[in-house]
Amino acid sequence: MTQSMPAIFLLIVLAPLAAAVVSGIFMRFIPRSAAHWVTILGVGLSFALSAYVLWQMLFAGMGSMNVTVYDWAMVGNVQFQVGFLVDRLTALMITVVSFVSLMVHIYTIGYMADDPGYKRFFSYISLFTFSMLMLVMANNFLQLFFGWEAVGLVSYLLIGFWYTRPTAIYANLKAFLVNRVGDFGFLLGIALVLMYTGSLNYGDVFSHAPQLAGQTIQLFPGVAWAVPTVICLLLFVGAMGKSAQVPLHVWLPDSMEGPTPISALIHAATMVTAGIFMVARMSPLFELSNTALSVVMVIGAITAMFMGLVGIVQNDIKRVIAYSTLSQLGYMATALGASAYAVSIFHLMTHAFFKALLFLGAGSVIIAMHHEQDMRHMGGLRKHMPITYATFIVGSLALIAFPGFSGFFSKDTIIEAVHESQRAGSGFAYWCVLLGAFVTALYTFRMLFLTFHGKPRYVIEQNHGQPADTGHAHMQPGHLPHAPKESPWVVTAPLILLAIPSLIIGWPLIEPLLYGNFFAGSIYVSPAHHVMQSLAAHFHGSGSMVLESIASPTLWVALSGVLVAWLFYIFRPTWPEKTAKALNPIYQLLLHKFYFDELYALLIAGGARGLGMLLWRFGDEKIIDGGLVNGSANAVGRLARILRRSQSGYLYHYAFAMIIGLCLLLGWLILR
Amino acid sequence: MTTDFPILSILLWLPIAGALVVLVAGKLAPISVRWLALFFATVVFALSVPLWTGFNPGTAGMQFVENLPWISTFNVHYHLGVDGISMPLILLNTFMTVLVVIAGWEVIQYKIAQYMAAFLIMEGLINGVFSSLDSLLFYVLWEAMLIPMFLIIGIWGGPRRVYATIKFFLYTFFGSVLMLVAIIYMYVKTGSYDILVFQHTSFGMTAQLLIFLAFLVAFAVKVPMWPVHTWLPDAHVEAPTGGSVILAAILLKMGAYGFLRFSLPIAPDASRMLMWLIIGLSLVAIIYIGFVAIAQTDMKKLVAYSSIAHMGFVTLGIFIVLLIFQKTASTDGTVMGVEGGLVQMISHGFVSGALFLCVGVLYDRLHTRDIKAYGGVINLMPAFAFFLVLFAMANVGLPGTSGFVGEWMVILTSMKADFWIAFGAAFTLFLGAAYTLWMVKRVLYGPVGNSNVSGMKDIGKREFIVLGLCAIPVIVIGVWPAPLLNVMHATVSNLVHQVVQSKL
Repeated sequence: MTQSMPAIFLLIVLAPLAAAVVSGIFMRFIPRSAAHWVTILGVGLSFALSAYVLWQMLFAGMGSMNVTVYDWAMVGNVQFQVGFLVDRLTALMITVVSFVSLMVHIYTIGYMADDPGYKRFFSYISLFTFSMLMLVMANNFLQLFFGWEAVGLVSYLLIGFWYTRPTAIYANLKAFLVNRVGDFGFLLGIALVLMYTGSLNYGDVFSHAPQLAGQTIQLFPGVAWAVPTVICLLLFVGAMGKSAQVPLHVWLPDSMEGPTPISALIHAATMVTAGIFMVARMSPLFELSNTALSVVMVIGAITAMFMGLVGIVQNDIKRVIAYSTLSQLGYMATALGASAYAVSIFHLMTHAFFKALLFLGAGSVIIAMHHEQDMRHMGGLRKHMPITYATFIVGSLALIAFPGFSGFFSKDTIIEAVHESQRAGSGFAYWCVLLGAFVTALYTFRMLFLTFHGKPRYVIEQNHGQPADTGHAHMQPGHLPHAPKESPWVVTAPLILLAIPSLIIGWPLIEPLLYGNFFAGSIYVSPAHHVMQSLAAHFHGSGSMVLESIASPTLWVALSGVLVAWLFYIFRPTWPEKTAKALNPIYQLLLHKFYFDELYALLIAGGARGLGMLLWRFGDEKIIDGGLVNGSANAVGRLARILRRSQSGYLYHYAFAMIIGLCLLLGWLILR
Repeated sequence: MTTDFPILSILLWLPIAGALVVLVAGKLAPISVRWLALFFATVVFALSVPLWTGFNPGTAGMQFVENLPWISTFNVHYHLGVDGISMPLILLNTFMTVLVVIAGWEVIQYKIAQYMAAFLIMEGLINGVFSSLDSLLFYVLWEAMLIPMFLIIGIWGGPRRVYATIKFFLYTFFGSVLMLVAIIYMYVKTGSYDILVFQHTSFGMTAQLLIFLAFLVAFAVKVPMWPVHTWLPDAHVEAPTGGSVILAAILLKMGAYGFLRFSLPIAPDASRMLMWLIIGLSLVAIIYIGFVAIAQTDMKKLVAYSSIAHMGFVTLGIFIVLLIFQKTASTDGTVMGVEGGLVQMISHGFVSGALFLCVGVLYDRLHTRDIKAYGGVINLMPAFAFFLVLFAMANVGLPGTSGFVGEWMVILTSMKADFWIAFGAAFTLFLGAAYTLWMVKRVLYGPVGNSNVSGMKDIGKREFIVLGLCAIPVIVIGVWPAPLLNVMHATVSNLVHQVVQSKL
């Protein structure tokens, strides 16, 4: 079994890559159906093999494996390798990634059916799957960085998939640049790791980690900082970019310009969780620095609370879910900061299922609404789309952590873990994540009510003569050529398949994942940080956790959010507008997303262009070219003109000069 | 290793002989002479391959050596040889020349034979520069190489070509004159023009400083380093596409090569004393020039400024070694800096060459380099868009492309020297992405910009072949740089040990 494993690992990553190449490079030579078949087979193979690996780990006693594929480079005594570290953390991740990816591949057949970029789209999502698998299977920082940047590239290509839309190509550039700011820190962190441990292979780095504990580094003269703190903070800057934590979150809402399947796969379920995964993977380093973990917790808590608030005022159905993703990523980061890595990964997994479900559900609604995304033009869709509605309810209940749904087990435990944590900032973080539960319930049910309940707010234009598939481009907002109808089976089947884990996956997994030994060897928690042990003391099985939730504040906070949503959007639909007027400053603040975009556009985008212009026009053209280059040419010219006058050719000029010279010489001889 | 087969001489003289044949044949068949030029370029490339396959990576010594007396009165020798630093550069040169010949195929309609001959002559001279081990021979070839470039820009260039050629010529000529003074000074001291003799001679501190500064002027102009870089954007803008490709891909490398062949081994103590200057100027190149590149409106200028910023990594990687040695008194981990710089040189050759070819493709269609004149090109030229995005990503330094390898190694190495140097160098992550992808956005994406764009045709077979040939090394080096690095190890580690030893 273990002999064939390296080949299996290789196949897991190479199958989607090969599929991406076939459907991308040979796009012109293959029919549309070949593009989706080859990519679905590639990703399907990855999923089957990933599930097999996970199965082997869980039930056949396979240990973690560290496999080198090839030497990328060998410089001095540093070895850069490409290889796989497959332990239980990785096995779980690759199974989740390939499963969600497979669902999205199938769904895309329906969603993108009319798109001229059909084959290109399949090529991209397969390439993404390859990159993400490389990232989570890496056994060293080089390959981690490769995967990290490669998913960023595919995200860039997919946000800008509809490249004629100005908003899409603005969003993809913004996403890439904001991520690069994160990578700036990430790369410096990696460089420090190499400097202090002499290696980039996880195994060497982690075994070397305890020796970092006492070391300090002086970044500013006279101020000594602990090396692990500096390294972990820099690495976390990378995670903030990729996992969209405040203040590097600004790219994620805009990334909704990409097609909806991408929002589900990349900007909700998998890529954005790369930062969370990375911190969990680096737990042996992060455990060395309470300061870094405090920062992670506070940043996460701020993201969880305040990005959720923005979600309340959004009208675009995808943007609501996008802000929800930001908020949930904040929850995951908060859990990391509390040293509850396993809980964070657990939430990552449940979130991957229910958030992919919500996005794909939103996509199904968008198809029915003929690419209308504004919820103000929806309403009452539950009668027309029963499957989408039912699965959407499952996703929503999982998101608000309703007892028994998958999100409940993970999110409730996060709140408990933060409650148990004694780390600096945990008090603040606790209130954020607790109130965040109210906010989550409010925006989720607002979305649910606006979309599926109430009276329809769209108009059906019966006399519109256009056939359905071309009609939507010419329609006004909120005008449909015919009544909305349920999406085809390629769309609803993934919804159902994602609804199942969203509903039940928490029950069997919480105990082994959090309180068993599942992550032993993958995630390291210092014995001093015993949040998980305290939680384990209160845990008496999934069933009693559900029952006990009635006594916990979390449930009641969430239910009050649902109640408020019901009051505002079903019971008294005029209230939202009145409230917005009454609380206009707050409303404006939220509507402008705390003015981050405006600030960055002014300072960073404007600043870089302005500085570039200044350095170019003034530095290069005025001073160097004008002053030095052409200036010295002119100076030579002027000097030559002056010197030329001395060569006048008149004898008396020369005689006069000789006499003057003689006088000066004699004078100097006498006076010296 | 001395072979009986004078391969380096052939690489030096065959292109020049070929150029003469092309010139003569140009009188008879002015159009089909292109095939003859392609034939010579391909044969020269094929003959350069044995340099790689026959290279012994285990030694730091010179290989394929040829040594004949040339002017015995002054002890000048015709002395050629390559090591792990120069050999890849020669291959880069012979490879890019083939591309340039193909790229000029239908584009150049005026004095075709002369155009092709100029590039072949330049190829031979550059091969000579990278292989000559005699400083006077080096100097002669170094200066001679200016002439074909001067002609290429001056005859086939754009409207301001006269200003650009004079600026280019004076700038570089001014630099190299001081180099000649230094070479003569060393000849007077040692009685030899042999570079290897210079390297093993102990000069005093004052002498070293003067030698270093004289060479610095010559090499800094060539690299180019801030503030003597302003000739480059002008020269690029006016040069025809092929001229820009060779200028960016090959000529810029000569400056960095000079640092490795002359400055560091001959004047190690002066290098150590003045390393702060070079490191500082490298960071200025990376950050200052990065910002300047963002503001560009002309595609060629943008790529030209991007070249300067990328060359900053080369000089940083080379000189950071000295700072690390000063701080840690050990050469551990220093090899990575120099090798990173070298990989960056090779990679930049392919990537910037390819980017200039891409700009050329656009220029051939709309006859403007103004970014604003484009927009939505991807709608009409999807295959071209694929290549442009690929090379743009390589320029940004995305892992998996060659552009990543050098930057990665240099940044990792700089951290060992000083956190803030690595911090400054890492600015490229943001700046490189900003100027490159913003250009891509404005040129490729969006709705079709105007009626001129809507008439553009996608790349043809010839253009596809040229860009495809660039893409292969960009990806291969990115995915597996080990073979390229392996030929450098022995030479670089020998060089590092040479430069950390004081000659005083």
